[in-house]
Amino acid sequence: MREPRRKPEPVQVIKQRRDAMLRALVGGVPYISYLGISFERRGDELTGILPFDQKLIGNPLLPAIHGGVTAAFLEVTAIITLSWTYLWEDVESGAIDTAGLEAGELPRLPKTIDISTDYLRSGLPRDAYARARINRSGRRYASVHVEAWQDNRDRLFAQATGHFLMPPKRD
Amino acid sequence: MAGKTDIARQFIEAIPHSKALGMELTDMGDGIAVIEMPYDEKLVGDPETGVIHGGAVSALMDTCCGAAVMSHPENPGGTATIDLRIDYMRAATPGQRIKATATCYHVTRTVAFVRATAVDEDEDNPVAAATGSFTVEGSR
Repeated sequence: MREPRRKPEPVQVIKQRRDAMLRALVGGVPYISYLGISFERRGDELTGILPFDQKLIGNPLLPAIHGGVTAAFLEVTAIITLSWTYLWEDVESGAIDTAGLEAGELPRLPKTIDISTDYLRSGLPRDAYARARINRSGRRYASVHVEAWQDNRDRLFAQATGHFLMPPKRD
Repeated sequence: MAGKTDIARQFIEAIPHSKALGMELTDMGDGIAVIEMPYDEKLVGDPETGVIHGGAVSALMDTCCGAAVMSHPENPGGTATIDLRIDYMRAATPGQRIKATATCYHVTRTVAFVRATAVDEDEDNPVAAATGSFTVEGSR
């Protein structure tokens, strides 16, 4: 005999939990707020958004976004996506409490070991977007690729590959 | 070549993002540049420890490497980053300024090769290292 299927959770409960986790990850970091980076969530897919601002300019003659800002945007997107994926199961199962996250109890986050950024085109003075793909995530190390674009998803202006040290798992 | 160095110094200090981060060019010439960045709470990446975000160190490294390229006698003009790799060796100590030193060690007609290190007050123990390649502009 088949077990009766569990009733699905109400959609607002799911949304509240996932949005709380995202806010906890992003909202607590001063440097992310300083650059103005936010994240949009579609299910478990995250897109980083960097709204254009005058203080992000690196070359006032062109003008173009500073290469360091581009590198930072890619690194932030990689770390947030990696943390998000790493915490996803524990938050979904209730092992990590949403109320704790909302109160600002942040779990330990991955640390960057190295990151290598390719500058493919100059960053134009307009909004930029980025998405990361986790190519491998082990117990200790993770390898993440991240792509950034502006007007057109197929015309990347930068990409990066980074290696990260995963936080020690509590038993 | 004092004229070129002065122009480059003014140019770097006129970069809005470098200015926003409080970067100060303290030495420059013959393919070597030194830029310092003060500690600032807005640059924190880990609110629990107060450690500066790696991204801010990237911005410092990128600016410093670009300055080293511009100060190289064989580079006729501006430059742009082709690629830059950064290794983070340890967390920078909260409250301390970070100093990056970049060396443009080889220039061809089209490409400049650069390496850099960043230290805090413990200068024997680097915070980060970088290697990158940059464009050489205006030569063809």
